[in-house]
Amino acid sequence: MKIQLKVNGQAKALDVPEDMPLLWALRDELGLKGTKFGCGVSQCGACTVHVNGVATRSCATKAAAAQGAEITTIEGLSSDGTHALQRAWDELDVPQCGYCQAGQIMAAAALLAKNAKPTDADIDTAMSRNICRCATYHRIRAAIHRAAEIKSAPASVGAPGAKSPGGVR
Amino acid sequence: MNTSSPVTRRDFLRVSTIAGGGILLASYVEPLSALERYAPAAGLADPALSAFVRITPDGIVTIMSKNPEVGQGIKTMLPMLIAEELDVDWKNVRVEQAPFDPVKFQSQFAGGSTATPTNWLPMRRVGAAGRAMLVAAAATKMGVPASELTTSLGIVRHAASGKSMTYGELATDAASVPAPELATVKLKDPKDFKIIGSRVKGVDTKAIVTGKPIFGIDVTVPGMLYAMYHKSPVYGAKVASVDLTAIKAMPGVRHAFVVEGNDASGLTGLVPGVAIVADSWWQAKSARAKLDVKWAAHPTSSQGTASFNTQAAVLAKSEPQRSLRKDGDPDAAMSGAKVVNAAYYYPFISHAQLEPMNCTAHFKGDTLEMWAPTQNPAPGRQLVARVLGMKEEAITVNLVRAGGGFGRRLTNDFMVEAAAIAKQVGVPVKLLWTREDDMQHDFYRPAGYHNFSGAVDANGKLVAWKNHFVSFGEGQNFVSSAGINATEFPARFVPNYALGASVMSLGVPTGPLRAPGSNGISFAAQGFIDELAVAAGKDPLQFRLDLLAQEQPVPPPAAGTSGPQPQAGFDGARMRGVLEMLRDVSGWGKTPLPKGTGMGVAFHFSHRGYFAEVVQATVSKAGVLKIDKVWAVGDVGSEIINPSGAEAQVQGSVLDGIGQALAQEVTFANGQAEQSNFNTYRLLRSNQVPPVEVHFKKTTFAPTGIGEPALPPVIPALVNAIYAATGKRIRSIPLSKQDLKWA
Repeated sequence: MKIQLKVNGQAKALDVPEDMPLLWALRDELGLKGTKFGCGVSQCGACTVHVNGVATRSCATKAAAAQGAEITTIEGLSSDGTHALQRAWDELDVPQCGYCQAGQIMAAAALLAKNAKPTDADIDTAMSRNICRCATYHRIRAAIHRAAEIKSAPASVGAPGAKSPGGVR
Repeated sequence: MNTSSPVTRRDFLRVSTIAGGGILLASYVEPLSALERYAPAAGLADPALSAFVRITPDGIVTIMSKNPEVGQGIKTMLPMLIAEELDVDWKNVRVEQAPFDPVKFQSQFAGGSTATPTNWLPMRRVGAAGRAMLVAAAATKMGVPASELTTSLGIVRHAASGKSMTYGELATDAASVPAPELATVKLKDPKDFKIIGSRVKGVDTKAIVTGKPIFGIDVTVPGMLYAMYHKSPVYGAKVASVDLTAIKAMPGVRHAFVVEGNDASGLTGLVPGVAIVADSWWQAKSARAKLDVKWAAHPTSSQGTASFNTQAAVLAKSEPQRSLRKDGDPDAAMSGAKVVNAAYYYPFISHAQLEPMNCTAHFKGDTLEMWAPTQNPAPGRQLVARVLGMKEEAITVNLVRAGGGFGRRLTNDFMVEAAAIAKQVGVPVKLLWTREDDMQHDFYRPAGYHNFSGAVDANGKLVAWKNHFVSFGEGQNFVSSAGINATEFPARFVPNYALGASVMSLGVPTGPLRAPGSNGISFAAQGFIDELAVAAGKDPLQFRLDLLAQEQPVPPPAAGTSGPQPQAGFDGARMRGVLEMLRDVSGWGKTPLPKGTGMGVAFHFSHRGYFAEVVQATVSKAGVLKIDKVWAVGDVGSEIINPSGAEAQVQGSVLDGIGQALAQEVTFANGQAEQSNFNTYRLLRSNQVPPVEVHFKKTTFAPTGIGEPALPPVIPALVNAIYAATGKRIRSIPLSKQDLKWA
């Protein structure tokens, strides 16, 4: 069926099967490969995108159902990779394999939009729908705190130096 | 092109100028083949040159990383070794992934924590040789002795005259300097290291956080179709009948056909199935949902976890089928001593790497190009060549970043499936598995059954140890990763020791999973050692220190090339050092803990790494477990090359082990896996993660790898903590199946 999607601020016309999930419309029809496939059943969060600002599992959302909504993917989170979360992820060297991280960042962005200063418990709860098989959880948590810091003090965004999120002596 | 090369046969550098000016350093690097546990023997008579370093006039240094990147950080770490000795500014280094080329690069392999020990000297020598040549070129240009020149951050300086030149300015001239002998080139004193030992970020981190298409699943080739491959849930069963007429008529479907499979390779090769190729992956998946395949009868179609457990119990009651080691007389030593008997069990588990298996393949006439997120490209290409009847040289394999490995991508079934399908359809094809395919067609970590007897004497000293290990295999052979070494601890540390084994047939694919063997054996052995400590009336940590002091000598290690080399076998003194540091940093025994909270300790040696860990856990009376904290101490030699990467690997390994212990298990019924996705196979999540404090004990030994050895001890440390908290001894995992209630 012919559908219209608004992805990262741009209107896109697609002709896709009626039941095609948004994930595959983004990846294979629009060529936006940053959003990842992990489970197909809303269990791992690798496919997380924003639909009208809400963290959404694109593997279990029909593309056709997302018509008219503002869809944001990792490619559209910032124009140049300088969103506070992307900077914090880089500063703290969060990724190991990196496969889940786009989904983690999109989930974290939705969290920060609602809660500018989340506690550890807020983060652990909000992020518990996103699996990191390499278990970079300590750095994810530290990077979300760091991003909150960057966002709240845009004038003083200097790198924090050699931080050691889980505690290395 | 200008070349000059004093060449030795096995270890040499060759140098060239490059178009537009600059220098290209190429080297033949000898792999330490004895360490390559899963890699094929190299055996190449006359290797060509691998281009590791390019320096252009603008001062940019491009370094090739030869090994597959699966999240272990090798694409950052190997170039760090070269850049350190070259003495360049890391900011000016660009890293490229080398393609698979065993002639140029010899060993290209991600497994067994081998990259550090095999590359620590060779990669540094490449960098040091390049630096020596740049200095020689500067000496000529400046008209001063090379001995008066120093280097730093890509600049050669002459202090007396105040002259300086950049590497970029010198690169073209340096290309005509005779290359030094790699084996004797002068390396830095470790106290002068600037890059080694500093926290260096992953070279792909920016691409990852901005969603760049760098993974196998992201590969796009013009004109590409998408494939699914449907196999029998009973491993290796053939297609008895299927009607593909309706499937072929589904929207977007271009091809649907039966693949006979290739019996010669068994379950690691091309397994029978049905291929569906469509314009989009979603269309292929939708068509697959309508498939109705009748699978042929198969000898393993009625087996399962229950039948394995029944057989294991029968075998455990009999004498071991074979003896793997016997020292002294354990039975005699047990008479009159305090004897403990216990049986331990760990289940099959799945790798569950987050990126499902995929591979893109494109036939162009008689040649084949592949894009494979593999840990082990050499046997992958061999397999494809053998099954498709091609010459290996006709197959190009591009290495693409993999979304997790954990050992799953050491087996290249996905490569041969993609190649077989691409050959049939004649256009580029991307094969992508579903999560269900992935979990039901893994090469699982095999279950294991350890039947222990041990004895302590009146002084609390361990005097006898027996283990009848029941596992899977045929005759004298264990299936992949289901074996045990005759050197397994506490061999050499107890005077009366017997290790025997019995095996049953399997018919389920198995393979290495992060710290293979060790990831299960450590749980069993270090859990049982805890029981012996209790029987001895000793503190569990002190009991281990005492046991490690009972070491019988082993032959000295082979002479190393640079200081003491880590020995292949277990060195009790190194583990004692780790345990002592762990005791101090964890505050072991210092603070009285309330009932329901306890500390457990365990150690394990694997992949040349020495790790000991303490877990503090709290269990409510209702049996709810909370892991309060983990302390991990490791000795992997004299240097932590990239502390950021090393800390990540230790924390990841520890949490990987905790995840396994908490909830992970694959069970089988009717010959097939019962779990198929993350709702039934539960991975660790953010709200279950304890703090993990990591310490490294630096020793004088050459550095060794860190992708695996931190995993094994956390599982027994956790169950030992549960014992300390509750008095409940856990001899079977996962913990989700255990009742932890206490009163």
